[in-house]
Formats: sequence, C-alpha cells, structure tokens
Amino acid sequence: MISIRSVVKTFGRLRALDAVSVDFSPGKSYALIGPNGSGKTTLIKSVLGMVIPTSGDIVVDNEPVKNHWHYREKIGYMPQIGRYPDNMRIGQLFDMMRNIRKNPPLPDEELLEAFRLREIFDKRMHTLSGGTRQKVSAALAFLFTPPVLFLDEPTAGLDPVSVEILKDKIQKTKEEGRLLIITSHIMSDLDDLATEVVYLQEGRIRYNNSIEELKDITGENKLGKAMARMIRGLEQEKQEKPPPLSPLKGGSGGVRIKN
Amino acid sequence: MNPFRFHIALLFCVAGLTATAKIHVVSPAGTIKSIKQALERALAGDTILVKPGVYREGNILITKPVVLLGEGRPVVEGENKHEVFSVTAGQVTISGFRIINTGVSSIKDLAGIGAMDAHNLVIRDNELAETFFGIHISNSRNSIIENNRLSVNSRSEYETGNGIHLWQSTGATIRNNTVTGHRDGIYFEFVTASRIEDNTCARNQRYGLHFMFSHDDEYHRNVFRENGAGVAVMYTRNVTMTHNLFEKNWGNSVYGLLLKDISDSKVNNNRFIQNTIAIYMEGTSRTEFTGNTFQSNGWGVRLQASCDGNTFTGNNFKSNTFDFATNGTLVLNTINGNYWDKYQGYDLNKDGIGDVPYRPVNLYTMVVERIPTAVLLWRSFLVFLLDRAEKVFPAVTPENLKDDYPSLRPYDLHS
Amino acid sequence: MAMTRVIKYVFYDILRTRFILLYTLFLLVSTIAMFQLDTDTGKVILSLMNIVLMVVPLVSIVFSTIHFFNSYEFIELLLAQPVNRKVIFLGEYFAVAFSLCFAFAAGVGLPMFFYGGGTSGITLLYSGTMLTLVFVSLAFLSSVLTRDKAKAIGIALLFWFYFSLIYDGLLMWIIYTFMDYPLEKVTLALVSLNPVDLARILMLLQLDISALMGYTGAFYKEFFGSSMGLVFSSLVLLVWIIIPVWGALRIFIRKDL
Repeated sequence: MISIRSVVKTFGRLRALDAVSVDFSPGKSYALIGPNGSGKTTLIKSVLGMVIPTSGDIVVDNEPVKNHWHYREKIGYMPQIGRYPDNMRIGQLFDMMRNIRKNPPLPDEELLEAFRLREIFDKRMHTLSGGTRQKVSAALAFLFTPPVLFLDEPTAGLDPVSVEILKDKIQKTKEEGRLLIITSHIMSDLDDLATEVVYLQEGRIRYNNSIEELKDITGENKLGKAMARMIRGLEQEKQEKPPPLSPLKGGSGGVRIKN
Repeated sequence: MNPFRFHIALLFCVAGLTATAKIHVVSPAGTIKSIKQALERALAGDTILVKPGVYREGNILITKPVVLLGEGRPVVEGENKHEVFSVTAGQVTISGFRIINTGVSSIKDLAGIGAMDAHNLVIRDNELAETFFGIHISNSRNSIIENNRLSVNSRSEYETGNGIHLWQSTGATIRNNTVTGHRDGIYFEFVTASRIEDNTCARNQRYGLHFMFSHDDEYHRNVFRENGAGVAVMYTRNVTMTHNLFEKNWGNSVYGLLLKDISDSKVNNNRFIQNTIAIYMEGTSRTEFTGNTFQSNGWGVRLQASCDGNTFTGNNFKSNTFDFATNGTLVLNTINGNYWDKYQGYDLNKDGIGDVPYRPVNLYTMVVERIPTAVLLWRSFLVFLLDRAEKVFPAVTPENLKDDYPSLRPYDLHS
Repeated sequence: MAMTRVIKYVFYDILRTRFILLYTLFLLVSTIAMFQLDTDTGKVILSLMNIVLMVVPLVSIVFSTIHFFNSYEFIELLLAQPVNRKVIFLGEYFAVAFSLCFAFAAGVGLPMFFYGGGTSGITLLYSGTMLTLVFVSLAFLSSVLTRDKAKAIGIALLFWFYFSLIYDGLLMWIIYTFMDYPLEKVTLALVSLNPVDLARILMLLQLDISALMGYTGAFYKEFFGSSMGLVFSSLVLLVWIIIPVWGALRIFIRKDL
C-alpha cells in the first residue's frame, strides 16, 4: 500500500531521515516508535507530501507522492498538534473539509457523535482546549473512511473516557482491515492497537517486525518491556561494533537481540 | 421713386462702370480661355472674372492694378514648376481661387501668390494647397490678407516654405487665415505697424508664428496649436499680444511662446495650454504679462537670467508641472499678485491674498533645469522629500524670486 | 473547482479580521475628505497619487505577509487533504489580492465615480490596482523566503522601502553621475525595473505629459505621446505581478510545512 524507498530528508546539516526504506501493507497496524526527534513525524509528513524528501521515493497505492495529491483522498491524518484557523467554527471546519473534496464519500460521523462535537459546532477554534482540538483532529481523520490512517500521538491530551472511545474506534478500524500507522509514547496503547512495530532512531529504521516476533525474541509479554530490551540490545551492539553500522533494510528485522 | 425710374438709374450706373472698368470673363469654354490672355486685355482697374475650371498657365504675372475674381473656385495649377501669381503692381485684388502645386526651389521663394513692391494688395478667400510658399510679400504697404486657407500635407521641412511670408512691409492686416503644414505659419521680417488677428496656425513644421525686427505690431485672438516649435518672436520692441491661444506645442525645446530680445511689449490675456514650455524668455525687458492663463504646461515660464524689468501680475498658474524656472539667482523681474494652484499658504485676514509669499521655483525645477532626464523622477517620494527639505532650508532656489501677494482664488479671465 | 472553494474560505477568513474593512473605510474617508476640501479635481488626484504610490503598496505588502503567516494552520490543514499545493497557494493569493483590490476600488473608486475624476482618475485607479497586485505578489515571495514571521515582515518592508525610496535614490545618483551622457533609454529601462516608478510614470503621462514631451528624442515623443507608454507600462507591471508570485509558487511547492 505504502512503499518508502531510500528516503533521505535533511534540514540543513541535520539528517532527519537517513535512507529510510519501509513498506506499510494493508490490513496491518503499525506502531511507529522512536525517541523524540527520531524522524517519526517527518516520515509521516513526507508520506502526506507536507515535507518534501531530499531524495528517495514514496509511493502510495501505486501513485508516487511527489507532485501528486490525489492519493491523499485515501489518507486520514491526525496530527500531533492540530492547528486550525483561529477564527473558524468547528462546524465550518467540518463543512469545509467536506466541500474541499471533489466527491466526498458518506461521512463517518461516529467520533463526531461520540465526542459530542456537534453540540459545540459554533465554537471558534481558538477558544478550544487542547483536548477538544484532539477530538476534532480525530473526528476529521476518520471522517472520510480512509483506507490509510496516520495517527500521530492520538491519545495525548485526551481525557480517559475519550481515550477509550478513540481506542475503540481504532480497534474497529483495524478489524476492518484498514492500514494504520500510529505513533505514541504510551506503549500499553500500542500493545492493543498495533500488530507491527517500526523503530526509528536518528532517522534510521532500527527494527521492523511484528510485535509477536519482538515479544518472542525478547521473552517479554508487554510491548513496553520488549521495546526497552530491544533498545538496550541495540545500544550494546553499537558499543561492541563501533560505527559505521550497516543500515537495516525495512522488513529485514535482522537485529540480533542479546539476552 | 417709382420702380421704373429706379431701373433706369441702375442701368446708367452699370453703364458708367463698364465705361471705366471692364469685366473680362475667363472660361475654358468662353472666348477668353486663359487668365494671361485676360490680363493682356485688361486695363488698370478692370475686373477679370474667372469661371470654374483648371488653369495651367505657368507663372502668371500681374503688372497692373486689376481685380481677379474666381467664381466657383477655379483651380490655378503651378504644375510643381512655377510660382502661380506674381504681383508687381499695387491695388491688385486676388480672391476666390484655389491655387495649387507651385514649384519647389532652394534658390527662389516660389509662392502661390508672390508680390514684390506692390502696395494695397487684397488677397482674400483663396485656398492654397501644396504651395512651396503660400503668400509671399516683399516691400508692401497696407496690404490685406484675409480669409485664406493655406495647407500643405506631408512634406519635409526643407521642401516647405512659409505660409504667409512678409518681408519689409508696413501696415499689413492679416486676418482670419488658417495655415497648416507649412514651415512657419506666419513669418514676418521687418514688418511694422501691422495687425494679425483671428488667424489659426496649426501643425506647421517649425513655428506657428515667427517674427523678427517687426516693431509696433499687434497680435490678437490668434490660435497657435501643435506647431513644431511653437511661436518665436525675436529682436523686436513694442509688440502687443492679447487673447491668443497657444496650445499643445509639444517637444524638446518647443515653446508656446519664445521671446528673444523683446522689449516694451505686452503679453496679456492669452491662454497657454498644454505646451512643453508656455513662455521661454531670453533677453526680454520691460514687458508686461497680465491676465494670462498658464494651464497644464510642462513649464509655465522659463525665465533666463538675461531678462529684466518684466512684470507678471494677475496671471493664473494651474496644473503646470513646473510653474517657473530660471537659470539665475538674481531677480530683476516683478512677480506679484498671481494665482498659483500649488500655493499652500493661508489667509488669516481674509482679503483673498495669501499671507506668506509663494516661491514658484522649487528645488526640483532647478535640478531638471540642469539634468533634463531627471524629470522622470518627478512626483516620486524622494523628490517630495527633497522639496520639503529645500522649503525648510532653502539652499538652491533663488531667495528673492517670489510672489508676495499670491491670490488665493484664480482670476476670472477670458470669460 | 477546488480553487474557488479555497478562495471562498480564505476570503471569509480575511473578512472576519475586519482589517480590510478598516482599510476600505480609511481610503473612503480620506478620498471623500480630499474631494470635499478641494474643488480642483487635478489637485485631489495629486494628493491621492501620494496615497496610491506610498500607502497602498505598504498596506498591501504588510497585510499580505501577516495574512500568509496567519494562514499557516489553514494551509497545513489543506495540505493533508487531497488538494493540489498550487491550488492552495494560488487560492490564497487570489483571495488576498481580490480583497485588497476590492478595498482600494471601493475606497477610492466609489468617491471618484461620485465626484468625477476624469481619465487621470481612471489611470489612478488602474495604477493603484496594479500596484496592489504587485505588492501582494512581493508579499507572498517574502513569506515563502523564510519561516520566521518577523523576518518575513522585515523582508516585505525592505521591498517597500527599496521600491519607494532607495531605488529612486540610486536612479538619481546614476542620472547625476552620468548626466553628460545620453541616458534617456537607460533611464527608461531602469524605471521599468521598479513597479512604483512605473505606476508613477503612468500618472505622469496623465498629469505632466507636456513636460515629458520636452524629453529629447523621437522615441520618447512616440513613447509618451501615443498609447505606447500605457501599453509598455502595463505589460511591465504585469510581469511584476506574475514573476514574484510565480517564483513564490515554485518555492512553496518545494517547501516543507
């Protein structure tokens, strides 16, 4: 569905993405994990065409991303921090998103209803709390029933009830066989929602395999623990074998984990 | 008087006239077929009546005082070779003809109507087209030239002579003529005590009116429009010019009115509209400029330092790019009581006269005077700032060139 | 059309800030005041010309730059949607340009229509509109040149200052230094490198044609005397509108948001 090949993105001297290659296949749910500044958001924005890669190719459903925009019909995006025109009312925002598309499908207003956004439709965006903004972002991301969903820290800032509502929705989406790419710092959330894990560090993919496999190798049954062990393994390897470290190709999962 | 007796009386009158002055009728179909033939037969005081037709007779010499009348505007052709009429006798009248295609010569001033040493001529109601010189008169007294139309189309300046050209004459009256396309519309040299009224000189290649050494002349109600270099008057004293219109004389060193070495004259109640330079003055003395309107000119008055004793009073200056320009700082002329639309002063005592003087020469005028190209920056913010600075600390503009009694309202002129 | 929808939303957004309304009102009040204070249309046009050459470019470029940065959220939002970047950018441009042109046309044009401004009035409206478009273009260029709003406003102001004053200073220096050479054609070429000067020349052709006709050379007589001056300045102004916005679009398309 989404194929990323040797994508490099530099910001000045910083290499935010360093030859990243990875495939996201339909029906799977990916946890995109990495420390702050490891390039997760940059990778997502590259797929969305908001960040233009320095080199490399990104193809979404057989459509190259570069200079194209039709493919974005298939993507729902929930940003880390949703920024919206200050003066716009929530209702207008939803109207606009519908109007801006050529042939909008029947909207999926499940989250809209569940978050009771309709009741505050006439509120302006700049009056909203961070949590409410997140709700708006989430509702927008799911609005057009996209086959691909990028969720950047979806549960951050949400109250516990809303977190559950959102997680239920994500779970349902996953069961429908749609492609999910989720970043989060809350491993327990990902444990339920994701089937695969992609670990990014300093702009490179360090690990890419299924969560089952990861748990198997590390012998841990919690994703959080398994990740921590895996990361420690990577650190040790780095010390034993000084760089340059051969970059891992996406999907190879060729990391030896030391117990 | 009963009708019968009246007719008898009329018959005697006509008979008496024919006894002294005969009428010779020239017609292509008649017994006299050419004007020359008629001139040969005619005696002094006779009338030659020319019927419609085209007459190609080369140069027609008129050596006796006769009246030539064209009926139905007969055409007299110069066939691009000849002067058409050459007059050497006084008291000749030429009227009602269409005179075309004279020869062009660099040696002789071939004209539609040429006259030498002939006085009391009357040249009236003629059309002259494609003539080298139109009407060329030398050494004549008290001649009248009126209601003629002179025109030349598309010829270079060297192939064109002047429209109405007078040399060494006095007491002439030039009235209600129209001259277009000639070198100079009206040209005077050594012509004195003459009146030039109600003429229109337009689109002539050099000057609409051009005169030199022509004292004591008067110019009234003439229109000078779109001439190559405007109007030039030089080396003359005691000239009166009133109610003339100088309009759209456009170009580099083109003037509405160029005054060069003029003295003791009057330029009053004229209108100068859309000329590059309305009045350019050089060596002009003791001349009065009153009641004139200067509107939408590039320069209203360009006063060279060689002018003195002139007075500008009661004129209107409106929408000119530059009202006044001068190349000197010494001010020997009086400029008072004019209306300037650029005046920004106030009138606290409400007497209609501004309480602070107006300085018609601004800084940028001086700049453009030196560097003409700089006119392209006119009305830019930079120039605006420069002018403001100059108003606060005058350094370049002549201190004494000012109107101490600027009028707050335009004068009601020409109504 | 996605473009018209984008324009519509940006337009609503601009109207909501009320700045455009204030700008229209300012122009309207000053124009009416000028017509009331002075019965001579020519003098009113002259005063308005200073507004057109100074205020209109300044307001246009600063407002557009600020607006662009305030629209970042909107642009980001749309970028995640199936909308062409070009459409988003040009939609922003047209909406801003239209709003400012409308404000100018209403603020200056309505009183002019009412009081009568003649051909020089029409020329003034025309050059004001063209200058608005040029400076909106320049604003969009300054906006995409940097991510920093303050820096972008700085660049915008620099553009304005450069075209309004510095450029003419340089030009005057050149004219003064090379006054002994035939500089006419060079000067005219240099003038067309500054949109403010071009608009000014358009006005000069109306107000000072008699003085310009004193300019040497047959070429100039033709240039200033016929409609060639108008055609030439219009074409160059059009280039001045298109080139910056085109360049800004090229940068925007490759820009990370």
